[in-house]
Amino acid sequence: MERVNLTMMKSGDRGTVTEINGGQRVKARLGALGIRPGAKITKKSSQLLRGPVTIGMGNTQAAIGFGMAKKIIVDLEQ
Amino acid sequence: MRRLSDPRGRVNMKKILLMGNPNVGKSVIFSRLTGVRVIASNYPGTTVGYTRGTMKLSGEKAEVVDVPGTYSLNPTCKAEEVAVEMCGDGDLVINVVDATNLERNLNLTLQLLKKDVPMVVALNMWDEAKHIGVTIDENKLEHLLGVPVVPTVAVTGEGIKDLVQQLPQARPGRLTYDDEERWHEIGRIVEQVQQVTHRHHTFLERLGDASINPISGIPIALVALGVTFSIIRFLGEGLIGYIFEPIFENMWAPLMMKLSAILGSGGFLHDILIGKLVAGEIDFVESMGLLTTGLFVPLAMVLPYVFAFYLILSFLEDSGYLPRLAILVDNIMHRIGLHGLAIIPMLLGLGCNVPGAMSTRILETRKERFISTTLMAICVPCAAQLAMIVGLVGRAGVRGLIQVFGTLALVWITLGYLLNRLIRGESPEIFVEIPPYRLPYLAGLSKKMWMRVSRFLREAIPFVILGVLIVNVLYTLKVIDFVGKITAPVITGILGLPREAVAALMVGFLRKDVAVGMLSPLGLDFNQLVVASVVLAMYFPCVATFVVMAKELGLRDMVLSMMIMIAATLVVGGVLNWLL
Repeated sequence: MERVNLTMMKSGDRGTVTEINGGQRVKARLGALGIRPGAKITKKSSQLLRGPVTIGMGNTQAAIGFGMAKKIIVDLEQ
Repeated sequence: MRRLSDPRGRVNMKKILLMGNPNVGKSVIFSRLTGVRVIASNYPGTTVGYTRGTMKLSGEKAEVVDVPGTYSLNPTCKAEEVAVEMCGDGDLVINVVDATNLERNLNLTLQLLKKDVPMVVALNMWDEAKHIGVTIDENKLEHLLGVPVVPTVAVTGEGIKDLVQQLPQARPGRLTYDDEERWHEIGRIVEQVQQVTHRHHTFLERLGDASINPISGIPIALVALGVTFSIIRFLGEGLIGYIFEPIFENMWAPLMMKLSAILGSGGFLHDILIGKLVAGEIDFVESMGLLTTGLFVPLAMVLPYVFAFYLILSFLEDSGYLPRLAILVDNIMHRIGLHGLAIIPMLLGLGCNVPGAMSTRILETRKERFISTTLMAICVPCAAQLAMIVGLVGRAGVRGLIQVFGTLALVWITLGYLLNRLIRGESPEIFVEIPPYRLPYLAGLSKKMWMRVSRFLREAIPFVILGVLIVNVLYTLKVIDFVGKITAPVITGILGLPREAVAALMVGFLRKDVAVGMLSPLGLDFNQLVVASVVLAMYFPCVATFVVMAKELGLRDMVLSMMIMIAATLVVGGVLNWLL
C-alpha cells in the first residue's frame, strides 16, 4: 500500500488517514472535524501554487492549508 | 446583588442554549423558537456573538441563547471561545445536529453529554439527509444517547413543534465513555443508527466541485464577480433613475419650494430645513437642508445601492459560495498575513463596516484580526459611501471611479504586505468546512434583506439628518472657518483640497455618505474630487465602526490601528495630489 501525504494525492484519489504528523494543536483542530487516524477521505481538489487542499469525508467537505495538509499522512486505496 | 436588584425577575428564568457545529442551522431554529430575527447564512461562522431571545417553556418564560457554532469544546478561534464560555451556564442545551453529517456532529454531542446538563438533540436538515440517501433511526439514537432526539427542518419549520414539546423532557444523557475512545464510541453509534444508500451526484454537487477546482473555479469566480457588479449597477441605477429621483424631483421638490416660499426663501429656519437654494431652485445634493439633502441622500442616493448590494450578498451567503471563494483567494491573502476566510470581513464590510469588523472573529489569531480589521476600515468603503462616490465621481466619468477604487485596492495590498511584515504573531493556515451549495430559501432571503435594509433605514436616516444639522450649526457658528484655518497646511498643503473640505472630514466621523455629498458644493475639480473621495474613505472610520473596532481590538491595538490609518491617509492623499 502506498503511503503519502495529502498534498501528494491526486484529485479523486481515496485513502485512509494513518497519522497526523503534527503537534497537539494541529491534531485537535483537524480532529474536531473528524480528520484523524482511521478516517476515510477523498481528495477533491488542490489550488495552484501550494494553495489549500480540499477533501471530502462522508458528506463533509473541508479545505486545508497546504502546510497542514502535508502533515496528514494517508494510505492510498488502490 | 444583581439577583436581588434585577427588576425583570431574570433570576428564575431558565436559560436554554442552542449549541452545535458551525452551519447546522442554530440561528434558524433560534428564530423559530423566539421570533427574534437573526442573520442566518450558509457558511460556517455566520454567528460570531450571541443573541438572546425568550420563549415559553412549560408556561414560564425562558431565555434562549443562539451560541456561535463550535466543533468541539476546545476552542480554536474567538467565536468558538464565546461558545465554550457560554456552555457552562445553561440550564438546558438544545444540541443542533446536522443530520447529513451525523458522525462529525456527534463529536460535540458526546462532549456536551459529559457536561451533565439536561439536553435535547435536534436532528436538523432532516429533509436534506433524506434527499442524499441518509436515513437515521432517531428512536435508536435517542435510546443510545439517553436524551430526546427530534428530527427538524428549521428552514421550513417542520419538527419545531415537536422540539418545543420535547424540551420539558430534556435530561442529562446516560452515555458514558472514555475520552480516548470517543471516536470509537461515535463509530459504534453511527453504525447502529445510520444507513446510507448510494445515489448519483446532483447538479449542485458537480457545480460545487467545479468551483473549487482552480481551472474552472477561477473563471466561475470572475463570472460571478462580473454578474454581481452588473446586477448591483443595473438595480441601483434603475431604482434611482426610475423611482427615487422622479419621486423627489416631481413630487417632493414642488412641495419643498412651497415651504421655501412660506419661510421667505431665506433665513435661519429656511437654511436648516430647506438649505441654500442653488439658482433659485432646490438642489437635493447641495442645498444641505434637513428636508432636502437630509432625506435625498439616504433614500434616493444610498438606499437603492444598499438594497441591490445586500440582495446579492445575501444570495451569495445563502448559496454557500463564500467559503469556496475563500479557497480561491487563499493564496493572495497569505501575502498580506491573512488566509482566505478573511475575504468574508471584506465582503461584509462593503455593506457596512460594523458587521465587517465583527466577522473578523472567525479568524484565529490577534495578528489576523488586527490586519483584517485595519485593512477593512481603511480600504473598504461601505455601501453608503460607495453609492455616494459612484454618484459624485461617476458623474464625471468612469476614469475617476477607476482611480478611486484602484487606489484603495492598491493600498489594501501594499499596506497588507507591510503589516504582515511588521505585526508580530502567527498567521495560521486556512482550515474550513465547505458547506454544500443550497438554493436559497426565498422566505429566509427576504427576511434577511428586510432586516438589513430596515436596519440601514433606522440608523442612516437619523444620522444623516443629524449630520446635516451639525453641518449647518458648524457653519453658522463659524467653527468650520476656524478649523479650516488651523488645518489648512494639511488639507491644502498636502492634500491640495480647499480648506472648506475640512467640514466633510468632520462630518465623515458621523456619516461617510453625507461627508461625500458635502464635497459637491465645494466646486472641486476632477482630480480634487478623486483625492477627497479616497481621503474620506481612508482617514477614519465612522463612529459606529469606531466603537465596534475599539471593542474588538482593545484600546492598544485600536490606537495603533488609528495611527496607521491617519499616516496612510496622509501619504496616499499626498502622493495622489502630487501625481494627479
